[in-house]
Amino acid sequence: MSAMISINNVSKWYGDFQVLTDCTTGVKKGEVVVVCGPSGSGKSTLIKCVNALEPFQKGEIIVDGIAVGDPKTDLPKLRSRVGMVFQHFELFPHLSITENLAIAQVKVLGRSQDEAREKGLKLLDRVGLKAHAHKFPGQLSGGQQQRVAIARALAMDPIAMLFDEPTSALDPEMINEVLDVMTELAQEGMTMMCVTHEMGFARRVAHRVIFMDKGAIVEDCDKDAFFGDINARSERARQFLSKILQH
Amino acid sequence: MEWAGLIEAALPVMLKGALYTLLFAVVAMVLGLLLGFVVALLRVGKVPVLSQLVAFYVSAMRGTPLLVQIFVIYYGLPGIGIELEPVPAGVLALTLNVAAYLSESLRGGIAGVERGQWDAGLSLGLSWWQTMRYIVAPQALRLSVPSLSNSLISLIKDTSLVSVITVTELMLATKEVIAQTFQPLPLYLGAAALYWMMSASFERLQKRVERKLELAHQR
Repeated sequence: MSAMISINNVSKWYGDFQVLTDCTTGVKKGEVVVVCGPSGSGKSTLIKCVNALEPFQKGEIIVDGIAVGDPKTDLPKLRSRVGMVFQHFELFPHLSITENLAIAQVKVLGRSQDEAREKGLKLLDRVGLKAHAHKFPGQLSGGQQQRVAIARALAMDPIAMLFDEPTSALDPEMINEVLDVMTELAQEGMTMMCVTHEMGFARRVAHRVIFMDKGAIVEDCDKDAFFGDINARSERARQFLSKILQH
Repeated sequence: MEWAGLIEAALPVMLKGALYTLLFAVVAMVLGLLLGFVVALLRVGKVPVLSQLVAFYVSAMRGTPLLVQIFVIYYGLPGIGIELEPVPAGVLALTLNVAAYLSESLRGGIAGVERGQWDAGLSLGLSWWQTMRYIVAPQALRLSVPSLSNSLISLIKDTSLVSVITVTELMLATKEVIAQTFQPLPLYLGAAALYWMMSASFERLQKRVERKLELAHQR
């Protein structure tokens, strides 16, 4: 398996404050990597560096052979190939669900309206929301909105998907409907990098788990090792896991 | 003078003046919105040099009286060889003035759209400009409507200031009728009523636009 995303010695500062310190890791084609850690540990910042929504000052990130930090890189083109799902869904509230799914297909990929609509409906069907195509985002529940957001990203036929805490803003009873869609995606072989606190999802679906603290990658190991012998983990990861796994 | 006679003498002149007032307001409104959008975009996009230049322009327009601006354009510019007829001079002054205020409203609206919407647009591969145009601007416009309407209603009333450069809009037309009939109170009240009617119909238009934007934006 070749590296789809490789992150090498990435550091980032906000002014004098360092938010990422020498982060090095990667995601292979077809691999599912879960990134966890306490809030403020830099995991969301790191994942946003992958599609250049956040700039970084040191190191390099290569996505499918293209250097993200290179000023010559065509960022819109790169981003159109990497799907992203956000904590707060970020559907476009002034556009219908169908239009939400179609707009980038038409404006970025140059697909026709009909083609884009058809593709969108197919994906809506896949996330179980075909009946809601004509509605506006505000008329859907949080879980439904997040499934639409996943469908919107998939409509671009991405080579990899980034998830930034996709279930953190959801009511508990809606978390599973989103995780189910993500699990299905993973089983189909999608390359995924997921920032999440859902350790059940990590245990079931992930190949690797990364643990971050204070802007640095503290642990980066196979899922089985991560959840296996807890005494082999770092002090910080043990503390985090003992808090989060009690429930 | 009889009421009937007064109305007969005043109404045609004042309505014609009101028509000019409306014309000034609508032309300055359309041009001002276009210019205001450009100014807001330059400032939000932080275009080097230009954004500082337009920030200076906005500050100057908002910091000086419209009356002074009209005088500078109509009586001042001929000093450097730019002579404008009263009507274009009036339109120019009103447009430059209102655009400064509108650009600030639009800038506020754009800033009011959350960063996550930008991230979402950009993450799908839309360019900065496409994200602005298809994602951010429509939402910003909705947020700006109340504040834009304030400026536009002010504009309708501000047109009265161009009477000082001999444009026979509603205010000057009224004065002319008063000079013939010596009936200032009913005629000025009549002019006030006409201004009010124009502003009120604009307010109704605003409500309709707001409702329409609301429908296409159900949260």
